[in-house]
Amino acid sequence: MDKSAFPDPTFVISGPMHASRRHDSAHKHVTGTADYIDDLPEPSGLLHGALGLSDRAHAEIVGMDLSEVAATPGVVWVFTGKDVPGINDVSSNGSHDEPLLAETKVEFHQQPIFAVIAETRDIARRAARKAKIEYRDLAHWSDIDGALENGGALVTSPMTLSRGEAKSEMANAARRLKGRMRIGGQEHFYLEGQIAMAIPGEDDEVTVWSSTQHPSEIQHIVGHVLNIPSNAVTVNVRRMGGGFGGKETQGNQFAALAAIAAKKLKRSIKFRPDRDEDMAATGKRHDFMVDYEVGFDEEGRIHAVDATYAARCGFSSDLSGPVTDRALFHADSSYFYPHVHLTSKPLKTHTVSNTAFRGFGGPQGMLGAERFIEEIAYAVGKDPLDIRKLNFYGKPGSGRTLTPYHQEVEDSILERIVGELEESADYQARRREIIEFNRDSRYIKKGIALTPVKFGISFTLTAFNQAGALVHVYQDGSIHLNHGGTEMGQGLYTKVAQVLADSFQIDIEHVKITATTTGKVPNTSATAASSGTDLNGMAAYDAARQIKERLVAFAAEKWDVPVSEIAFLPNRVRVGNQEIPFPDFIRQAYFARVQLSAAGFYKTPKIHWDRAAGKGTPFYYYSYGASCTEVSIDTLTGEYLIDRTDILHDVGRSLNPAIDIGQVEGAFVQGMGWLTTEELWWDAKGRLRTHAPSTYKIPLASDRPKIFNVKLAEWSENAEHTIGRSKAVGEPPFMLAISVLEALSMAVASVADYKVCPRLDAPATPERVLMAVERMKAVG
Amino acid sequence: MNDSIRFILNGEDVALKDVKPTETLLDFLRLKRRLTGTKEGCAEGDCGACTVLVGRLIDGKLHYESVNACIRFIGSLNATHVVTVEHLAAKDGTLHPVQQAMVDCHGSQCGFCTPGFVMSMYGLWLSNSNPDRAEIEKALQGNLCRCTGYEPIVKAAEQVARTRPSALFDPLERTRSDIVARLWAMQGSGTISITSGEDRLLVPGSLEALARILADEPKATIVAGSTDVGLWVTKQMRALNPVVFINHLQELQTITSGEGGITIGAGVTYTRAFETIASKVPTLGRLITRIGGEQVRNMGTIGGNIANGSPIGDSPPPLIALGATVKLRSTEGTRMLRLEDYFIDYGRQDRRPGEFVESLFVPYPAEDTHFAVYKITKRRDEDITAVLGAFYLTLDEQGDVNDVRIAFGGMAGTPKRARAVENELIGRPWNEETIEAVRDAFDTDFQPLSDWRATAEYRQLTAKNLLTRFYLETTGAPAELRRFEEVA
Repeated sequence: MDKSAFPDPTFVISGPMHASRRHDSAHKHVTGTADYIDDLPEPSGLLHGALGLSDRAHAEIVGMDLSEVAATPGVVWVFTGKDVPGINDVSSNGSHDEPLLAETKVEFHQQPIFAVIAETRDIARRAARKAKIEYRDLAHWSDIDGALENGGALVTSPMTLSRGEAKSEMANAARRLKGRMRIGGQEHFYLEGQIAMAIPGEDDEVTVWSSTQHPSEIQHIVGHVLNIPSNAVTVNVRRMGGGFGGKETQGNQFAALAAIAAKKLKRSIKFRPDRDEDMAATGKRHDFMVDYEVGFDEEGRIHAVDATYAARCGFSSDLSGPVTDRALFHADSSYFYPHVHLTSKPLKTHTVSNTAFRGFGGPQGMLGAERFIEEIAYAVGKDPLDIRKLNFYGKPGSGRTLTPYHQEVEDSILERIVGELEESADYQARRREIIEFNRDSRYIKKGIALTPVKFGISFTLTAFNQAGALVHVYQDGSIHLNHGGTEMGQGLYTKVAQVLADSFQIDIEHVKITATTTGKVPNTSATAASSGTDLNGMAAYDAARQIKERLVAFAAEKWDVPVSEIAFLPNRVRVGNQEIPFPDFIRQAYFARVQLSAAGFYKTPKIHWDRAAGKGTPFYYYSYGASCTEVSIDTLTGEYLIDRTDILHDVGRSLNPAIDIGQVEGAFVQGMGWLTTEELWWDAKGRLRTHAPSTYKIPLASDRPKIFNVKLAEWSENAEHTIGRSKAVGEPPFMLAISVLEALSMAVASVADYKVCPRLDAPATPERVLMAVERMKAVG
Repeated sequence: MNDSIRFILNGEDVALKDVKPTETLLDFLRLKRRLTGTKEGCAEGDCGACTVLVGRLIDGKLHYESVNACIRFIGSLNATHVVTVEHLAAKDGTLHPVQQAMVDCHGSQCGFCTPGFVMSMYGLWLSNSNPDRAEIEKALQGNLCRCTGYEPIVKAAEQVARTRPSALFDPLERTRSDIVARLWAMQGSGTISITSGEDRLLVPGSLEALARILADEPKATIVAGSTDVGLWVTKQMRALNPVVFINHLQELQTITSGEGGITIGAGVTYTRAFETIASKVPTLGRLITRIGGEQVRNMGTIGGNIANGSPIGDSPPPLIALGATVKLRSTEGTRMLRLEDYFIDYGRQDRRPGEFVESLFVPYPAEDTHFAVYKITKRRDEDITAVLGAFYLTLDEQGDVNDVRIAFGGMAGTPKRARAVENELIGRPWNEETIEAVRDAFDTDFQPLSDWRATAEYRQLTAKNLLTRFYLETTGAPAELRRFEEVA
């Protein structure tokens, strides 16, 4: 390498840990040169696939005539489940309850039944509509009520968390309340839809480019449907245009279909569903119905909680088990329940199988807890914030630190976070002003709420908490970085590159970030559960450590200096009294035959979980945060505005404050969408009618809080030994949006002088707000 | 000359002789030209990932507007300049200031929506040297981002406005006169007719030619902005043949505010109509800013919104309440009819074979009248109407209702007058008691449906409450939430 690329040694490198740094692909994003899978140069002879979808919600398939589809000019192959060489199943959890292509029975509207391969995507899509399929309809239900009315079949085994004597102690509480909360689902609406491109290789080999958060699972599924071993399958992904959990398991079907056709036809195959098909045929966030009973004292201190969490899971199990588990893990939000009994009900419905989505059940669990708080607050006539503070987990030794799953909360910084936010947002004065405003304003009402976040970090399936990285240092001193995490916009690649730059003390420009591939790092976990940086950052750190140890040993021997006199300084290495530019140092190491490549590995310590017993330490640590939101509502129409939001969020010692603030802001607005305008709507035939942005409304720029103050808790440091003492940031800030729903609720409650809990369900569309106002008018 | 569609793509002249009438600009860019910076996010004009600029000559001046390439047909591009994200950065890789601001402000995360945002911001940057927050948000209404929460993107738009560099930096400012000359040369006067396989597209050279074409081909699909027809193709995969493009016809592009009202040519887009309408009827101007996103408003026409007869079109109710008339034309000549009478039933309009909408006449509300229009949606901006109410009122000297016209969208199979409510109101004093007393009459006028946008119950209740809002506003009481006081 030209040494001018390593200019004069500087005192600091560019892109160290803890520095704000632009996203590694920012220049490519803004110029349109960042390649997503549909942008990659197409192999010659590439064919395109399209799905043939069911138009019934639940029916037996009694006849299928695909001759017109096959006869369409340009169509090369039409195939069904019978043509799958291996197992016709794409279930992510091995339960074999999710056929790739339905053969005898369909269990949701728009379930894939066959696939068409054609010369162009347009031909394939048009041909798919020519199928003649005969059905015998079966009884179907789309929602939780329907599932319960029809026997309440489950897609996977439920979980119970229990501590103390919730049932008997409920009777001993001074006051008791029963209620029900309905919580809507959410479409991911990643801007880049699902896509896969399969390129056949020799023998049984196949390479798949997939927009996936979980390359190893795609590899496994492709092997499984083709009946070939994993070593024949290579899965690549450079970046996704958004994931949010929607590409953790939902890419399986497209990759599997593309791979089957690629091997059969010996041509490259691309599968890219249209937005409507993507929304209809891939899973979403689970809707929940929480039935609760809460016992508390006259002060508002919780004594006992007994609650059931019923979830719309769709037709198969997918990730519904761990999602409903995580709902229970977060059913305490930030509060200590002396006696508690929580049960999940993962219900089967004739809808697409619901799946992972940022927060993974946690938001629904927490939202239920904040409803309990509201109920208590209106019952005892206090500000909900006072009730929150009264029920926060206590300090170690207070006897108020044990969660419903028997893990101690030892690292809580909530009191400080909430206290600082209360102060900086001027909560108390503004709340007083709002109450005054509401007294005089006849139709426009305001509300304010300050809500906390405590979110447990780690996969609850312990085995997933491992990661690998592969780092090469080349002779010219440039570094090649690969790890098992995937980039979906969250800045993971940038952060891990910072870890390497920092470890070797070289400018980040010398670290080449490469596409995630199963060929370099095997057996990876999904980039999910907010764990990407914690796991992969540590794995890369471990690889760097190994190489550095070899380099230090080499230098100590060659220049005959003690190890203590060798240091990696910015873009150079000090060996005794001399400073050697990094590339020169590396070249010498190469000639001394030092291995300049290492595979790093990391597994999260301390955690364990016994699901059957409902006991353990599923989380390595907790992330915290708080938000305060003010809203205005129009009591004539239910329309509202988010006037202001203040956020103070904990990411430990931030690896990259600019990226972390981006995650916090983005998560908040996405959470706000979930709780306000994003509504999934199925008709009586079980058809999802909100299947495109024309009918499904995610927030716009003009929906974000008009005043939006976002800060990181700069003083925070992870108590656990994580990479740079940072904390996970992907999911926790999503739940900061709960303050929006609570603020809307307060505005509604003003109509009945804050005497009745409005029981505002989610999403709080203008319609739900207006109907809640009407209920308040009726009781007030 | 008249057998091809000719336009400029970034720097290059393009002439296409074989064009399917339903071929979209997005597919052309991505599949035929491998210009993959422009993305497909929804293929229905709602997400903005496919945003490009289209420059066209209006009265001899070159205007660039953001559009959705996914629902823009190639046939509508004759004599235009198509600008994609690939055209912005300098040859040496130096980013355009709009792009640099997005990088500096951390405005991209996954990056998939980013080229679209860059193009929308670029369109704003070209047309408005000092946009305020309201104008920025309005310019970005047609762009969805799922990662950032928009804050850094809005900050980027503010930053680039503050640090506006010299015009020489900009690829479109630099080439403006050259592009004008080239577009001028591409504008022919004859009709373009292209046959592709069994399909045919026609680009008439004049209004007369259009009338003749429609007389010969009464089943032809007329396409102006394609903000609705585009979805017939991308979503319903309908075959349209033949297709007649009218968006370029200068004769349909005029908007004039005369003595008694505004005459709007059928080809005038929402964006072009906005200024004239907002200055004369502010409440209607505000409504326009809530129709679609900026790209849709740059393509869609009020004429098309009327012509397609949708029950949830946003312009018909206020235009009916204002007493607008529509002018229809064919080879037989022209005829005028009240807009209200144009809508016969769901999916049926009083438009005879061979006829097309030529223009609308919208009378100004008189000085002593009250007029307001309210749109209720799940999401405030870029959403389709759940309920839309338009109210027109004159009071006599005693303060009794003298004349009233109330029209609603989303409440029936067509845009519809609330006749029973109006009848109840006539002659009564305009006060709260009256408003209360006439509420029940809405039940006579409307039996709305439940769907994903709203339940029947909500629609009915909101319709009644909007009359209350209208009453409050006539008394000067603040009654509507507004994020910004006015959007200029």
